[in-house]
Amino acid sequence: MEVAKDRLTAAAFEELAMPLFDQLYNFAHWLTKERSDAEDLVQETYAKALRGLASFQPGTNFRAWMYRILRNTFLTSRTGLKVASTVPLDADDAPEIPSSTGTPESIFIEKSQEHLLQTAIDELPLHFREVLLLCEVEEMSYQEIADALSIPIGTVMSRLSRARRALRELLQKKLGG
Amino acid sequence: MADEFTAKLDVYLDGELPSIEMKAIDAHVRGCPPCAADVLSRVQMKRATQSAGKRYKPSPEFRQRIQQQIASRPRERMSRAWMTASAVLATLLIAGLVNTYIGREHMKQEEAFSEVADLHVAALASPNTVDVASSDRHTVKPWFQGKIPFTFNLPELQNTEFTLVGGRIAYLGQAPGAELIFQIRKHYVSVFIFQEHAAPELRSGSGVRKHVSFNYETWAEGGLRYIAISDTTGEDISKLAELLKIAAMS
Repeated sequence: MEVAKDRLTAAAFEELAMPLFDQLYNFAHWLTKERSDAEDLVQETYAKALRGLASFQPGTNFRAWMYRILRNTFLTSRTGLKVASTVPLDADDAPEIPSSTGTPESIFIEKSQEHLLQTAIDELPLHFREVLLLCEVEEMSYQEIADALSIPIGTVMSRLSRARRALRELLQKKLGG
Repeated sequence: MADEFTAKLDVYLDGELPSIEMKAIDAHVRGCPPCAADVLSRVQMKRATQSAGKRYKPSPEFRQRIQQQIASRPRERMSRAWMTASAVLATLLIAGLVNTYIGREHMKQEEAFSEVADLHVAALASPNTVDVASSDRHTVKPWFQGKIPFTFNLPELQNTEFTLVGGRIAYLGQAPGAELIFQIRKHYVSVFIFQEHAAPELRSGSGVRKHVSFNYETWAEGGLRYIAISDTTGEDISKLAELLKIAAMS
């Protein structure tokens, strides 16, 4: 979703931003874990984005810009500050270990086990949860994720790999594997 | 399975590897059952995560609140939105009606040409292909007098490849008309002539067309509808049609 116009007008903003509403809300709810907090976060995101239209660089990715505002807003919120303070500082520096997957049968998630998977995603540390959701649910490219989270692509890749490994391990524990 | 290779599988499934490496992994996975099983398991995990990740939906009230918050000029935008919606609806409605009309007309036309093709085949299959057997146009034309409610001109066929075999009465939609049978080499061409209002479905674009493998050409002249149909080439049909058109104008 690249905007190539000279200047983003308020009307154009509405046309670009409203189609992202459902997905931004879903992401916000995953971050905050509370409906009312998610609504506040989304509302503030839209308000900030509208106020800061001038800071949007035409030709860059609008979706990643919106996610970046949402995430930064979250990280500076009361809930966000609490969660962020628990993120280990060396999380991205640890050596990357290839993830083991177990047999397809042990990993296969039936629809009925969706709740189990949702609980596992919920239990992931924030920096794993957000990168995983942006990749798998929002189907963002690594570059888009890097833009949205303001981190280098290499970090996106290593974080994603660890997030997947952590999710598999959590699931295997829950499935008694 | 090498660790390095395993580490790449998720990047491969995210579609983020350079194409040369994508192809290499593609090729490897096809021939390596353990890797294929691993890839399958990762794909299932990706899908399950995608589905599980779409967990929360905003309420309609909240959506409305945000919409109002960012709407640039609510009233103007609302009326513009309604105008756009009405225009879209009207266009869709008209397009739907036109499509239905065109579809129905096309079906009627198909049916009419099928009937004409049946008449042509039935005449050729009959032991008495023609009711008046003559290659002389001055014999065939008068034979129709009193039998059909119109008259027509037949072309001069000397110095052409066509010969007149004869004629018979044909009915289309309960209206009587003339069926003239011509021969070119070993092919027979039926030329049907009806009053135009008796065969409104046979209106069609100019030139030779195809229907159930028969070539046909239809045209209107002097309130009459002509249809030439045969298994011969389109070029032959065009030549005969041209001769008939010239005769009709003389």
